[in-house]
Amino acid sequence: MKTFKIGGVHPNDSKISKDCAIEDFPVLEKAYLSMAQHLGAPAEPIVQKGDKVKVGQLIAKPSGFVSANIHSSVSGTVAAVEPYADLAGNPVMHVIIDVEGDEWEESIDRTPDIVREIKLSKEEIIKKIQECGIVGLGGASFPTHIKLTPPPGKVAEYLLINGAECEPFLTSDYRLMLEQPEQVLIGAKIMMKALDVTKCRFGVEENKPEAIAKLKTYAAQYPEIEIVPLKKKYPQGGEKQLIEALTGRRVPSMGLPIDAGAVVQNCGTALAVYEAVQKNKPLFEGIVTVTGNCSEQQRNFRLRAGTPIINLLDAIGRIPKDAAKVISGGPMMGKAVSNLLAATVKSSSAILMLTEEETKRKPESNCIRCGKCIDACPMGLEPYLLVRYSRNGMYDELEENKIYDCIECGCCLFSCPAYIPLLDHIRASKAEVMKIMRSRPKK
Amino acid sequence: MRKLIVSPSPHIHSVENTQRIMRDVIIALCPSLLVSIYFFGFSAIKLALVGVASCVAVEYVIQKYILKTQVTINDYTAALTGLLLALNLPPSSPGWMILIGSIVAIGVAKMTFGGLGQNIFNPALVGRVFLLVSFPVLMTDWSVPASWFREGVDAATGATPLALIKEGLSNGLTIEQIMAANPEISYVHMLFTKIGGSVGEVSALALILGFVYLLVRRVIKPTIPLSIIGTIFVVSGIFWLANPAQFTDPIFNILTGGVLLGAIFMATDYVTSPMSTTGQIIFGVGIGLLTVLIRYFGAYPEGVSFAILIMNMVVPLLNKYCKPARFGKEVKNGK
Ligand code: SF4
Ligand code: SF4
Repeated sequence: MKTFKIGGVHPNDSKISKDCAIEDFPVLEKAYLSMAQHLGAPAEPIVQKGDKVKVGQLIAKPSGFVSANIHSSVSGTVAAVEPYADLAGNPVMHVIIDVEGDEWEESIDRTPDIVREIKLSKEEIIKKIQECGIVGLGGASFPTHIKLTPPPGKVAEYLLINGAECEPFLTSDYRLMLEQPEQVLIGAKIMMKALDVTKCRFGVEENKPEAIAKLKTYAAQYPEIEIVPLKKKYPQGGEKQLIEALTGRRVPSMGLPIDAGAVVQNCGTALAVYEAVQKNKPLFEGIVTVTGNCSEQQRNFRLRAGTPIINLLDAIGRIPKDAAKVISGGPMMGKAVSNLLAATVKSSSAILMLTEEETKRKPESNCIRCGKCIDACPMGLEPYLLVRYSRNGMYDELEENKIYDCIECGCCLFSCPAYIPLLDHIRASKAEVMKIMRSRPKK
Repeated sequence: MRKLIVSPSPHIHSVENTQRIMRDVIIALCPSLLVSIYFFGFSAIKLALVGVASCVAVEYVIQKYILKTQVTINDYTAALTGLLLALNLPPSSPGWMILIGSIVAIGVAKMTFGGLGQNIFNPALVGRVFLLVSFPVLMTDWSVPASWFREGVDAATGATPLALIKEGLSNGLTIEQIMAANPEISYVHMLFTKIGGSVGEVSALALILGFVYLLVRRVIKPTIPLSIIGTIFVVSGIFWLANPAQFTDPIFNILTGGVLLGAIFMATDYVTSPMSTTGQIIFGVGIGLLTVLIRYFGAYPEGVSFAILIMNMVVPLLNKYCKPARFGKEVKNGK
């Protein structure tokens, strides 16, 4: 079975919410829509206090090349356009809406019918995706229309769909593949058309046999899409790792997926693309797993962006007493939440609760030079060495040892028997090295 | 609102920790220890206890009273050094000698370099070699102390097979004649319990059992032991084919003189072995080569300890030049 070759780790699967069908999460009284729901420049609000808005109405426009539209996830009256604290408590511009009813834009096709025929042209598809504010739902939230427009001179050969869901606990993509397989496949077809490619590979890890079987059944109608089971190994869903697993090619150091002729999209993004292009529905909701070993309930919700995390947790019966950490995303790469009042965004994938015992870092001891961090690193780096250089501010050596290749997957820290906070150090000095590299005059 | 933990990702950790790894190595040594207790009786127990206790005590005293730093004896590394030292000594070693060995191993080879993870040489081997140089007579006294477990079983040979061969060769005998004169040097004896030698090398099978345990628990990778054993096999094989009267055969070389103990437990010490796979192969091949050369041409009948210590010196260099395979080639400027 296929997988990437270097490094990787095998954390416990913990997919305890895998059998929970997707449920619609109720719309609450207030929605808090962040203007920074994507990678790049925050969007600029185009509504004001007192404006009436409908579900799916455009409320903010991009403010730069890498930026995206934002649509309202609720209907009602704009209560405020003001800074509101995000996950980490930092103030970010939000549009806050008092919810009244649930009135959708008429242009959105809300019927359950599956629209198979792709009518739009390549250009129209990309324009539609841009209008609907689609961003990557695999973690980085990169605006999708940019990814579907390779820079001049670069040609895409493969569209790769990421259904690996290699992070423990997460089951949102799994439920999606199981419950809406055909929509996901049509979404992939649409992106193939946009990219002008004839080959599409859809990678799913072997721990999801039901999803693989389901997709294979539906993919019979779409022979250009090949469903590829992958060996279970983290970080299979990392772009570079997935490309190697599915095509055997390696993205060069400092390169982009397109340098290997590939464009990678998450399976959640494929659904969003389907809904945008075939159903005229902008991206304002998504599947979110709410889970944790300490939580009595495990759920997969279809959740509107702008729902405060605390309300989401309350809805499943308050946050468990022994939950010591709340994470937005998975346990390997997700972000720790310090402010439970912060709202979800359109690319939220999970809210995970961990107990102190599960998550508390043990005190750091001496590096025993066991090399486990090297064996775990999927980029072939030497984390112990990077940390030694980091501690001494040796940026030239860090650059020589390719610290910029680090994908921040956390495998090194996960494996280190001495509990050395490898990634903390590496992350900080990587930012520093990147700054130095950018500051050099370009040739 | 409650205060949440907000440390950055990753938020979970593998079950791995230093203590668990060291404990696993100690467990892996247990079969060998049990065999030697069966074989040497009380003296094996005494050696192991004194070794462990003195290494732990030395580390404690140095950390607590001299360096005044955190005491780390509960990571089991000092205990492991003590056990390894004990298993590398002749069964008749007196307790005070292993105490001196412990002081050298922990005090000199480990602590003066900065403690765990900083030392260049394998502490237990430094202790052993120090004793070998300082007390050559005691260190080559292979007489077998009486054992209460073993009445009625043949007493072991007084000398190690390697020493017998070395002596025989210097008296002008051929290997065949030496073997004929010493019927106790047989593979069956080496595999099970009856070769003369240090406490830990009594049974090859027990050591291999420990090796398998370490592999299963993913404590070590097979790279270093296999490259050492493979090299010894090939190099001694060449000599043996060239002149079977003068040189011992490859299997004999692998089963004697602490090769297995050294390859499995001493050369794989994390701190003093290279980090990358390429480095580990070079390291293993180097140890194998040096061992055979020391055995055939050196003054000592065996050579594993020296070979490992010599290769320990090369480790920083190997770490510097043998990098793991990076993911993806560099893109050239302007391409
Ligand atoms: S995993 Fe930790 S202890 Fe092992 S070499 Fe890397 S940093 Fe050192
Ligand atoms: S976080 Fe960076 S250094 Fe650590 S394993 Fe992942 S890629 Fe390697």
